Amino acid sequence: MIITSNVSKKFGKLKALDDVSVTCNRGECIALIGPNGSGKTTLVKTILGMVVPDSGFITFNGKNILHDWKYRKDIGYMPQIGRYPENMTIGQVLDMMRDIRHAKNFIPDEELIESFGLGALIQKRMRTLSGGTRQKVSASLAFLFNPDVLILDEPTAGLDPLASGILKEKIVAEKEKGKLILITSHVLSELDDLITQVIYMQEGKLKFHKSIETLRSDTGEMQLTRAIASIMTN
Amino acid sequence: MRKIIKYVIADILRNKIVIAYTAFLLVMSLSIFALEDNTSKGLLSLLNIILLIVPLVSIVFSTIYIYNSSEFIELLVSQPLKRKSIWLSLFSGLAASLALSFFIGAGIPILIYQPSPTGIMMLLTGLLLSVIFVSIALFASVTTRDKAKGIGKVILLWLYFSILFDGLILFLLFQFADYPLEKAMVAVSAFNPIDLSRILILLQMDVSALMGYTGAIFRNFFGTQIGIALAFIVLVLWMMTPLWLSLRRFTTKDL
Repeated sequence: MIITSNVSKKFGKLKALDDVSVTCNRGECIALIGPNGSGKTTLVKTILGMVVPDSGFITFNGKNILHDWKYRKDIGYMPQIGRYPENMTIGQVLDMMRDIRHAKNFIPDEELIESFGLGALIQKRMRTLSGGTRQKVSASLAFLFNPDVLILDEPTAGLDPLASGILKEKIVAEKEKGKLILITSHVLSELDDLITQVIYMQEGKLKFHKSIETLRSDTGEMQLTRAIASIMTN
Repeated sequence: MRKIIKYVIADILRNKIVIAYTAFLLVMSLSIFALEDNTSKGLLSLLNIILLIVPLVSIVFSTIYIYNSSEFIELLVSQPLKRKSIWLSLFSGLAASLALSFFIGAGIPILIYQPSPTGIMMLLTGLLLSVIFVSIALFASVTTRDKAKGIGKVILLWLYFSILFDGLILFLLFQFADYPLEKAMVAVSAFNPIDLSRILILLQMDVSALMGYTGAIFRNFFGTQIGIALAFIVLVLWMMTPLWLSLRRFTTKDL
């Protein structure tokens, strides 16, 4: 569904992405793992077209995303740090997004807004929100339009255990519907039971892309955390 | 695109600076016209204030607005929207609200007290200047990441267009006083939209006699229909070029 071919990106002298080629298919739940500054977020941003790669190309459903914008209607993106117009209220932000992404026969998926209890905060301005509440807004927006692909950048960072449980359940439910889910994270243990594939990145390079079964049999470790740790030490 | 323009204009109106700017222009132009018994003299006083204030407010406000909307822009870019339409909507929203402020604040008093060709010319150039400086602000802010640097840059640009440019011209004229530069001056004036506007308005006012021989040359050129048309084409170019450059930069910018 999403194929990146030899994507490279430099920020000044820093090589944020170095010849990264990955293939992501429908129904997979992929964990994008790597140390801080390994290029996970940059990769996600190039897929979204927010960062333009220096070389290489990305296709979405077989179409090159360069100069395209319509493909983004099939993507729900939850950024690592959600940045929203400071003097708009939660309600206004939600309404604006509904208005901008309005499509015919579209039923918004407001489950997360309800289960996070955002309805009670609808009049609050974005600048007054805590980091966790912001994350809740970002998550609600990502799932709101029932997209085929979900890209979640550090989804559980900053969420309390209750909220992150709700989010996890929601991710599982969407995975059951056969959607492609791409999660970047370094809190590994939380992801253990929902992911099917692991992409490991280091210093902008793709180290490996394996299914979780192969990873387990290769390392002899059942837990994802330990499997990754044994790779990092070798 | 219309939806984004709607949100941009709603946002600009919410922060009230544009409303204060409109009120300021309105109070100033009404009081100038009320103080002078000769309305064309009033127009001349208004001209100098407008040529200073309108570019300054347009360029500084637009730049700060673009920097403060970085969150909004980032949010929109990850949505199924064309980058081009995001940028053009920001431009249209800013240009429309600043041009409207000018029209209400200065245009309506001009139309009431001085609905002459001179007044109309002042109204038109004022509207064009508002839009031109929004477009320059957009180019300056898209090419500079740092907010303080960006704002400093546009203030320097404003200083250049309003004050330094005239100084440079004077310097050149004195240095090359032995050469016939009068005709070249017509071409040089195209490099500054504020000067071009001033010349266009002054020539309508029949005070060009005060400007000596150069004034006569200007009169010969800008006094004709073709001259005026050319001047307006140059002003439109001043509006389109920075906008086009900024658009090209924005469509490949990393956010």
